[in-house]
Amino acid sequence: MTWEVVIGLEIHAQLKTASKIFSGAATAFGAEPNTQACLVDLGYPGVLPVLNREAVRMAVRFGLASHSTVAPRSIFARKNYFYPDLPKGYQISQYELPVVHDGWVDITLDDGAVKRVGITRAHLEEDAGKSLHEDFHGLSGIDLNRAGTPLLEIVSEPDLRSAREAVAYMKLIHQLVRYLDICDGNMQEGSLRCDANVSVRPLGRHEFGTRAEIKNLNSFRFIERAINFEVERQIDIIESGGSVVQETRLYDSARDETRPMRSKEEANDYRYFPDPDLLPVEIDRATVDEIRAELPELPWEKQDRLVSDYGLSAYDASLLSASRAMADYFEAVASRVGDKKVAANWVMGDLSGALNKDGIGIEASPVSAEALAGMLCRIEDGTISGKIAKSVFEAMWAGEGSADAIIEARGLKQITDSGAIQAVIQQVLADNPGQLEQYRSGKDKLFGFFVGQVMKATRGQANPAEVNKLLKEMLNG
Amino acid sequence: MALTRHEVENIAHLARLRISADEVPGYVESLSRIIDFVAQLDDAETDKVEPMAHPLHMTQPLRVDAVTEENQRELFQTNASRTERGLYLVPKVIE
Amino acid sequence: MHTRTLAELSAALHAREVSSVELTRHFLARIDALADKLNAFVTVTADAALAQAEAADAVLGAGEAGPLTGIPLVHKDIFCTRGVRTSCGSRMLDNFVAPYDAFAVERLAEAGMVTLAKANMDEFAMGSSNETSWYGPVRNPWDLDKVPGGSSGGSAAAVAARLAPAATGTDTGGSIRQPAALTGITGLKPTYGRISRFGMIAFASSLDQAGTLTQTAEDAALMLTAMAGHDPRDSTSVDEPVPDYRATLGDDLEGLRVGVPREFFDEGLDAANAAAVQAALDEFRKLGATVEDVSLPNVGLSVPAYYVVAPAECSSNLSRYDGVRFGYRAEDPVDLEDMYKRSRGEGFGAEVKRRIMTGAYVLSAGYYDAYYLKAQRVRQLIAEDFRQAFASVDLLLGPTTPTPAFALGAKTDDPVTMYLNDIYTIGVNLAGLPGMSVPCGMVDGLPVGLQLIGRHFDEAGLLNAAHRYQQVTDWHRLAPGGEFA
Repeated sequence: MTWEVVIGLEIHAQLKTASKIFSGAATAFGAEPNTQACLVDLGYPGVLPVLNREAVRMAVRFGLASHSTVAPRSIFARKNYFYPDLPKGYQISQYELPVVHDGWVDITLDDGAVKRVGITRAHLEEDAGKSLHEDFHGLSGIDLNRAGTPLLEIVSEPDLRSAREAVAYMKLIHQLVRYLDICDGNMQEGSLRCDANVSVRPLGRHEFGTRAEIKNLNSFRFIERAINFEVERQIDIIESGGSVVQETRLYDSARDETRPMRSKEEANDYRYFPDPDLLPVEIDRATVDEIRAELPELPWEKQDRLVSDYGLSAYDASLLSASRAMADYFEAVASRVGDKKVAANWVMGDLSGALNKDGIGIEASPVSAEALAGMLCRIEDGTISGKIAKSVFEAMWAGEGSADAIIEARGLKQITDSGAIQAVIQQVLADNPGQLEQYRSGKDKLFGFFVGQVMKATRGQANPAEVNKLLKEMLNG
Repeated sequence: MALTRHEVENIAHLARLRISADEVPGYVESLSRIIDFVAQLDDAETDKVEPMAHPLHMTQPLRVDAVTEENQRELFQTNASRTERGLYLVPKVIE
Repeated sequence: MHTRTLAELSAALHAREVSSVELTRHFLARIDALADKLNAFVTVTADAALAQAEAADAVLGAGEAGPLTGIPLVHKDIFCTRGVRTSCGSRMLDNFVAPYDAFAVERLAEAGMVTLAKANMDEFAMGSSNETSWYGPVRNPWDLDKVPGGSSGGSAAAVAARLAPAATGTDTGGSIRQPAALTGITGLKPTYGRISRFGMIAFASSLDQAGTLTQTAEDAALMLTAMAGHDPRDSTSVDEPVPDYRATLGDDLEGLRVGVPREFFDEGLDAANAAAVQAALDEFRKLGATVEDVSLPNVGLSVPAYYVVAPAECSSNLSRYDGVRFGYRAEDPVDLEDMYKRSRGEGFGAEVKRRIMTGAYVLSAGYYDAYYLKAQRVRQLIAEDFRQAFASVDLLLGPTTPTPAFALGAKTDDPVTMYLNDIYTIGVNLAGLPGMSVPCGMVDGLPVGLQLIGRHFDEAGLLNAAHRYQQVTDWHRLAPGGEFA
């Protein structure tokens, strides 16, 4: 039997507002427990929610970028359940009328094919607090700093057909929310996380299989592994004659497996109803137009432009547009140099390698775009070779100054003077009469040996093209 | 329409209310009375009527995104029965 | 001194005939002597009251006083008061000290009023007789064996017995107007959203409204002018200008069109109550108003609609009482579920639990459409009935309650019988309209209330009509005799 995997993701993106969605408490990560939980966040008797304007505008930004409909009227509802990290005993969310609905994004698959993924809806809601499980005399500690942080829950259609597709989609959303500057995308801190609805069905069957929901996946790797494990588990169950149970599961990364979530064992009845403390949110056309006008260039637009403006391949353009910062960096370099492809190779190659090695983002690069461009200009004008440039770059990374300063200090300037090169060649030929003899009797392969000797003698600074040309003349002459 | 004992126990669980066994019959009776009473809503013809969630036709005001609240943890936690190191303590949470 | 109205006390204070401290001491002495007979208060804040009175006297001395400066009042214990226990009549909040002041409390404190006490009430405002309070029932000063009405029963009994010249209350289904009627005082429930709900412990958010209990409509006008206004902390609070409600008192009623909903004169209405209301209608005719029959065809469904909507909202609003951050927590819970269930099971009384369960039921899977959504649609029909009526009349008049005050314990066995006590008041909450109750007669030594209902935000018209009526009648001047005299 061939199985088809069906996956839909519910992505939770914490919005980058300064204050919470319904209160004036700060949203900063990492504060002392409960120091950013005000009366509203604590669900104190008598206090009421007031909606953060910026959270709404951020949702609209996402809606416009994802080709969705921005609802002219949306409603906040209460989702009722008891849990210690949920202070009011209900979560304020959106149910029947979400702020954003019916959109799509295109993702690029491993084989380069483009796939359209439907976005069912994106709604605003408040995040819950955190239960700390380290032992307090057999009790748990509750920190409500995170309670009330604005979330945009982005629900996809069940359009994804493999763990790889799910990861590609998650990466696109990650990229998009950062382009839109509505979420910092920090998955380790939980700023972006997802629940995966996974089911399998015999290939060709129309009806969906019973799904399991895997909660709280907070890295691309975990998404892939959790889904793959879950798919195997479901296929094993069905093939051994059993049936999949609809349930909520947790991914245990240490064991690389999913297991049922105990707290969600009972069937939930959330008793959604419109929150009477909040009124319908109306977003008029003018506001939507204003927000549309403020939208930045989107990842796919940027990618297309990198191809058309700089003549890059689609692949290079996709790598360089992974983040706005990366693309901005590239463009800052490319605008200062003649050969755009060389600029792209340096940003994707040596620079990205160094960033990865040091574990820092491009925003924190010790070599600025201007500095890198300065070095590339020295390659273009023949001052240094591409090979020497690698050591210049390393010195720049180590903070030794600009390319020009390093070239000057280390005496790395390329020798282009043909007279000087001829003199070196003369010396090399004189020092190696045996090899010269062999070459002249037909052993052409020795040409490389002479190039190497000349470069060695000039510590790599001789212009390679010039060396080639002059050596050929002198050997044959 | 009479509620069953089982239904009442389910609702009590959903609402996280401990109802002792000898209280259950009383709630079965009174809740059945209430549900019976409100069932007369069925008499109204409402097919073309919009549900009304708010008495006034207003829209949600929006707040400027600014931090206006300061840390008042010590004051707020004076009402809590158990806290330690700034955390509210509860019986063990099992995920 | 204690029989005087706010307006009269204001004049006395401004004339320096009496000081705020003297006034405060006088009422505190009455409270000390008489409050226990009524069980009207949960907490008396004597020391704080005297400090506030001294401050008020300084303001009066400096000539900077407003009309309410230095006048004592009591707050229903549903309003959060900073540093003072705010119980909401529940064991759940018996140990709860609010860390902030409610909007209404803030406004009246800014106006210079002095808080004497926190008034007893039905638990979480759920009741029509003040018998559901954790602190025991409140008694009616006209007859100690009778209920004062609810849920603002402590506020009403205190003003009726002249233990305070004014009180705040809240009205979700009649909780100001009904106790005002049963204790012979003036109760005002403004338009939904007219006074911010910030700091008012929620029962049913789309229905709850703060208001006043006073001797007269003029006093209600004074209080409302101080309390009304927009508050950015309550999304449902209305940003409409607040007039000086006293300025329009005394306007002519000539040509005022009064409608009398015929549905309010049903078989449930006590004949003596009906006669008192009819007599009041005659007074309005004499004042120049025209009185005509109107119909509110769906208003008969108010009580069932309310007993779906209000419990649904309350079941969710009261989920925050879980024993974690504030409020009652059961001893030594064995696990999380035990903590929730016992804290809530022991912390809430029977009526509150009944309403929470009713609400959870009508919202639960499979019943939402049949009950909750249906009730929201019926609510729309009822609101539409009022809209229609107000197309042809300026004011609606009718009874506030079917009967005068009933005996303690008379209706506690059957919740539905108790609920029907609010049959004339609940529609007003569903539609969000302003309503009042003013005394309009006595039946067997017990007061009867006349209900006035106005258009949205026409508190001025409502107060003026009530005031003109009180200028030509004396029912509001009657007070319980005997020990309360």
